[in-house]
Amino acid sequence: MSATEATTADQATGKKLAPAETFRRLVQGDLSSVRVVLGLVVIAIIFQVQEPRFLSAQNLTNLMLQITTIGLISVGIVYVLLLGEIDLSVGAVSGLSAAVMAVLSVNHGWNAYLAIAAAVAVGATIGFAQGSLFSRFVIPSFVVTLAGLLAWEGALLQVLGKTGSLNINDPKITGLANTFYSDTVGWIFAAVIIGVYGAVLAFGYRKRVAAGLADGGPLSLIIRFVFLSALVIGAVAILNSDRGVPLAVMILLGFVVGMEYVAKRTGFGRHVFAVGGNAEAARRAGIRVNRVRVAVFMISGSMAAIGGVMAASRLFAVNQNSGGNELLLLAIAGPVIAGTSLFGGRGSVWTALLGALVIGSISNGMDLLSLSSAVKLMVTGGVLLLAVLVDAIARQQRQTSGRV
Amino acid sequence: MSPGAPLLELEGVSKRFGPVQALDRVDFAVSAGEVVGLVGDNGAGKSTLVKAIAGINTIDDGAIRFEGEEVSISKPQDATALGIATVYQDLALCDNLDVVNNLFLGREEIAPGVGRASRQLDEVKMEHETADLLSNLAVTIPSLRSEVGTLSGGQRQQVAVARSLLGEPKVVLLDEPTAALGVPQTKQVLALIRRLRERDLGVVVISHNLVDVFEIADRIFVLRLGRSAGNFAANEITEEQVVGAITGLGDRDKQEQPAEEAE
Repeated sequence: MSATEATTADQATGKKLAPAETFRRLVQGDLSSVRVVLGLVVIAIIFQVQEPRFLSAQNLTNLMLQITTIGLISVGIVYVLLLGEIDLSVGAVSGLSAAVMAVLSVNHGWNAYLAIAAAVAVGATIGFAQGSLFSRFVIPSFVVTLAGLLAWEGALLQVLGKTGSLNINDPKITGLANTFYSDTVGWIFAAVIIGVYGAVLAFGYRKRVAAGLADGGPLSLIIRFVFLSALVIGAVAILNSDRGVPLAVMILLGFVVGMEYVAKRTGFGRHVFAVGGNAEAARRAGIRVNRVRVAVFMISGSMAAIGGVMAASRLFAVNQNSGGNELLLLAIAGPVIAGTSLFGGRGSVWTALLGALVIGSISNGMDLLSLSSAVKLMVTGGVLLLAVLVDAIARQQRQTSGRV
Repeated sequence: MSPGAPLLELEGVSKRFGPVQALDRVDFAVSAGEVVGLVGDNGAGKSTLVKAIAGINTIDDGAIRFEGEEVSISKPQDATALGIATVYQDLALCDNLDVVNNLFLGREEIAPGVGRASRQLDEVKMEHETADLLSNLAVTIPSLRSEVGTLSGGQRQQVAVARSLLGEPKVVLLDEPTAALGVPQTKQVLALIRRLRERDLGVVVISHNLVDVFEIADRIFVLRLGRSAGNFAANEITEEQVVGAITGLGDRDKQEQPAEEAE
């Protein structure tokens, strides 16, 4: 409170912020992700104490591979959550899209990339249809996508036909989840990521300084840079000591970074946040709200398809269970656990990765301890409830302390 | 009448909703550098009049002139294109976005160069322009990057008004700008309205609060039951007389010469 008063006059003229204000913004801005990272550390410690294999390079590599499908689907879910909507069809869509790819590749001998493109097109088309129904006829997205969930599961059975299962043998498809890069390539990845991140930070900072808008020195940027560099180097070192950096992880990272850029840095992303925050205000500001909604559901359908392709690649097959079980709920739970609000307008694509890591770690750790599915489901449910509670409490605090 | 040709002029404007005559041959005008207070009881037609000017309702009859030329306003974009900006009572702000993003909502600056293909936002330019605009208006906000939802009611109102100025309008319509504000916040908003006048804008303020209206308005225009019930210079009339015109007590509806009736 006092920090706010102290800087009132300074800010209007675009001068430097007081350190207290910078600190407050740092805490507010990154609080949820810091919370999740701490949660991850706690989870890791608990499992490591019980089972020393948990933090082994081999298991961490397995963990990263296990979360790619959920993570990819969650990237699309984040966009839907930012609108304050829900897409219950992503699990079924991922199964159906993968089945379409498998049928085209195996039965019709299509080129692998064309078959994958067809799968993504199926996901995008379904998203377009569901998004249009939802926005044009103002049917709650919950209902539209629930209908979709049933219909696309039926379609999956139909596409797979009598055998109910298709084995994928095209190495281009199976390679997606089963390719590991050599140590050298892994280190090149690390260097490129660190270099690009550093360049983006430095360029952005220089631009703000030139415009006289720099708040605080470059210290926080340097801390972020060092932190990320350490993380990347550590991750590559661990992955290299096992089988190497997996292609699947690079694909997931690529989508997370790319879609985070779209969400936070582009006009479209800004409009998604605006519609999620106040659709009527967005409409009056001239934003074509329904177009944004349809586009978001197309993103969610496409990401579901991409996740489905990845799952099929890992399994070397598509079967009647593809996209089923708790995949849908975990893909939605992940971003929520990691801090994307269910109420719309708040969140980031990083939560797709962080949330998948939390859920993946719990599931992986309990597998290592050979706990039963009963325990696994109950624990995961408890973690989700806890995360949503934290979100709800944070929202209440914003409301009570926010407005004067 | 006010000196000089009016910027915006309505002549004999009528609007009917089914059996209800919401506006009945109303004449209204606002000049550059003038604040007009638009007052009247609930259902007197204030909102209908503003919506007609803002292009949300089309008028059934009468003429609208802007800078001396007859214009037709049939949709909000028409009004915006002419240079008429409206700030509605609900402000239409996105609470989850910061001040800069709310100001530029729907008209984001796109970065030049490689970012253009992805419609990358030029945050620095937007923040710079926001800081310039707000400091010109002497509006103080703790941080341009704080979420609008965390601001006070007065600050939110000022952000909404500042946003309406981005399109460089000539006329600004403000719907109940001081409703639900505390005393110090009301003062800030009224000061902002005065600065709009100093910028030579024509300002129309709808308000229920006669104290506020008397504090800022150059002219007070009274509507009653859809008709003009008075058009007064603010410094030549008392609050009681305006109340009389609003309620119609001691004044039998002569819409063309109401000022004398109120005496």
